[in-house]
Amino acid sequence: MIQLLSIVSTVCLTVIAVSTLFLLYRAIKGPSNPDRAVALDTIGVNLMAITGILAIKLKTTFFNDVILLIGILAFIGTVALAKFLEKGVIIERSRD
Amino acid sequence: MKNVTNDLILKTATTIIVFLILGFSVYLFFAGHNAPGGGFIGGLMTSGAFVLLYIAYGFQTMNRVVKIDFKTFIPIGLTIAVLSGVGSFLYGQPFLSHTDGYFHLPIIGKAHLATAMIFDLGVYFTVIGVTMTIILSIAKDEGEQVENAE
Repeated sequence: MIQLLSIVSTVCLTVIAVSTLFLLYRAIKGPSNPDRAVALDTIGVNLMAITGILAIKLKTTFFNDVILLIGILAFIGTVALAKFLEKGVIIERSRD
Repeated sequence: MKNVTNDLILKTATTIIVFLILGFSVYLFFAGHNAPGGGFIGGLMTSGAFVLLYIAYGFQTMNRVVKIDFKTFIPIGLTIAVLSGVGSFLYGQPFLSHTDGYFHLPIIGKAHLATAMIFDLGVYFTVIGVTMTIILSIAKDEGEQVENAE
């Protein structure tokens, strides 16, 4: 059972690493800015997944705070990017 | 490019999420020196919550609500950090000596407190001040005249 967990987590780590590479290509090459925004957001999600799988592999609970932290930072970044794409300004002077 | 939209979902969600982030930042601050956390990342989370509020509500409303000049946080934090080091002279110890102990607190119960937490508090305030100053002065438009805080 332990060996199965180890194999599965290694395979998952590899797949997520490959997907992060493809996302990096999309973030750099992306034809339009929304493509880049979605790619960066998904890189954040993949980072959380990698941290979670590392926590399983290293048998530690200390990484749980890190996962929550990356999630919050990725959320704020996505909100800022979405607002920039829609309005062209992140922090408005006044609410109309 | 500037569309006039009513960010109802963003504003409603922000009012709830900001308190979650602030609570998490306090937790991170107290989790430091034993687990991942500490003054730096706690301050970063607090300024993240403030940035989310600024994104949702804009400069004008936030200046009316938060009447704090974030630049004053930097000297306050640096003073706390220096005092935590100078305080060890009172006990005849070298500069920035460290001590810790277990205390019994009313609600939390048995808690592990260390003098590194006072230094961390200084780092916390300094990080809030620096991060908010950098982000707000970058976000300010060149053409528009915006006062940071009265």
